[in-house]
Amino acid sequence: MSDVLAITEHRRGELRDVSLEMVTAGRDLADQTGGDLHLAVISGDVDDYASQVNREGVDAIHTVEYGEEFNHDVYTQAIEELYAELDPQYLLAPNSVNGMDYAPAVAEGLSLPLVTDAVDLAEDDGLTVTREQYGGKVETTIDVEEAHAAVTIRPAEWPQAEGDGDAAVEAFDADIDESEIQSTVTGFEEVAGGDVDISEADFLISVGRGIDEEANIPLIEALVEATDATLSSSRPIVDNGWLPANRQVGQSGKVVTPDVYIAIGISGAVQHVAGMKGADTIVAINTDPNAPIWDLADYGIEDDLFEVVPALIEEFGGEVPDV
Amino acid sequence: MKILVTVKEVAEVEDEFEISGDDIAEQYLEYDLNEWDDYAVEEAVQISEEAEDVEVVTATIGPERAEETIRMALAKGADRAVRVWDDDIESASYLDVEAKAELLAAVVEEEDPDLVLTGVQAGDESNGATGVTLAEKIGFEWAAVVNQLDLDIEGGVANVHRELEGGVEELTEVESPAVLTIQSGINEPRYASLRGIRQAQSKPLDVQTLDDIGLDADVLESPLAQTDLYEPESEGDATVWNGDAEETAGQLAEFLRDKGVVEG
Repeated sequence: MSDVLAITEHRRGELRDVSLEMVTAGRDLADQTGGDLHLAVISGDVDDYASQVNREGVDAIHTVEYGEEFNHDVYTQAIEELYAELDPQYLLAPNSVNGMDYAPAVAEGLSLPLVTDAVDLAEDDGLTVTREQYGGKVETTIDVEEAHAAVTIRPAEWPQAEGDGDAAVEAFDADIDESEIQSTVTGFEEVAGGDVDISEADFLISVGRGIDEEANIPLIEALVEATDATLSSSRPIVDNGWLPANRQVGQSGKVVTPDVYIAIGISGAVQHVAGMKGADTIVAINTDPNAPIWDLADYGIEDDLFEVVPALIEEFGGEVPDV
Repeated sequence: MKILVTVKEVAEVEDEFEISGDDIAEQYLEYDLNEWDDYAVEEAVQISEEAEDVEVVTATIGPERAEETIRMALAKGADRAVRVWDDDIESASYLDVEAKAELLAAVVEEEDPDLVLTGVQAGDESNGATGVTLAEKIGFEWAAVVNQLDLDIEGGVANVHRELEGGVEELTEVESPAVLTIQSGINEPRYASLRGIRQAQSKPLDVQTLDDIGLDADVLESPLAQTDLYEPESEGDATVWNGDAEETAGQLAEFLRDKGVVEG
């Protein structure tokens, strides 16, 4: 009853990093409740995944062999059955795209309160979850006033668990009702191909929502040309169709690790940060002093990009376009 | 065929703001149609333009102020709107995902749609869970984070792409009726035309209370309580260059030359 059940994640034959973050978050929470940490590994080569997540602090690993890839109807049934069997206090799932696809259904099916996208957890006679609101401008704490809860964990917020573990791996014989499986994964597609690979670039100039409109993009392109940099962007620019998908940095785009990354008019939402925090030096140009990008920036200019960028183009002898 | 689109009016915060009590002070908030819902509305309207006899109904939980947002969705091509609100909802201490899904489920029961589209998340609270919770409540199949939708109406199947992390999309067949949570970028949301805005004024917008949709105030009771809201401590220690644009640009240029990433 004081145990924690954490769900691991894999895709196309590979364990995803968030699984090892689940171990850290789950162990930390189980230490606070004084319970055991159980992991669930569902579908695919479960024994291989189980051995990879068998890290220090894991008490038991339950495998459900059924199908190859993630299917939310399989996950939902398997987790609900496992929950009934183990009777844990808290259920943890990753706030990944697939986590978002099954965790709400599991919480609803088990009548558990659900708190999503946690960045911190504290248990002291009840669970307190810290999460962000208004695009990361504020944090809130949410108290759970029931004994049990389901929580999804923000990826890359907890460190990956290390150290070999010696948890017993047990096959769990879930009774999956096939008639309940009403969606079928037929394949995968790699997107964001094309002529440029921004993940290979040493110097990226990246543009975000602050550019306001498509007609202003040439301003950034002129700076890129004058500095011989590579152009990249945050999500809204690609969503708007102002730049192609192969320019997108972030969780759903590319992960980049340049020597220098200049973020122009980019607030630094968590999904973007996931793609660029590995840059050696980060420079922000942004008018908003509260933008999350300042948490990461090594250098910055707190000013209007429409003032700074033309001046910068001129510094490098480029021609400032008429935008 | 009927498509129900959930539409939320979200609060956006100005760059500089203050906190009052357990929320951001009202004068720093601006209200707008949730970005993801804008894409969901566009997707529904496009389906209605391509197929015969498709009705697009929007459903909103929100106060009277939200009608401006709802009219915007109607101006973009939705046929009519339902807005759920009353004093009990207004005074609910914490309207959680479960409660929102319960209210929307009651609207679904009344409207009996073939397809429900929601945004992946709302820009203010970012729970990202209401659509899938709703699906489970009403017994629909679902898919979360859809960035391509090809509806086979006769076959009763939605062929979708789900946008996974790292530039990978999952191709999935979803049996209908279904709830699909729509990702930004799936289409190009249109701007409302003047004609559309004029027409929207005369489209039906029904306001329903809890009682009207057959629920009582119990559904608003939440096991969750928001106990604090605060500005996170900045972890940043950026060196900020000061001066006018010419001076700061000069300093950045010098820095880039020193780093050796730019010549000249």
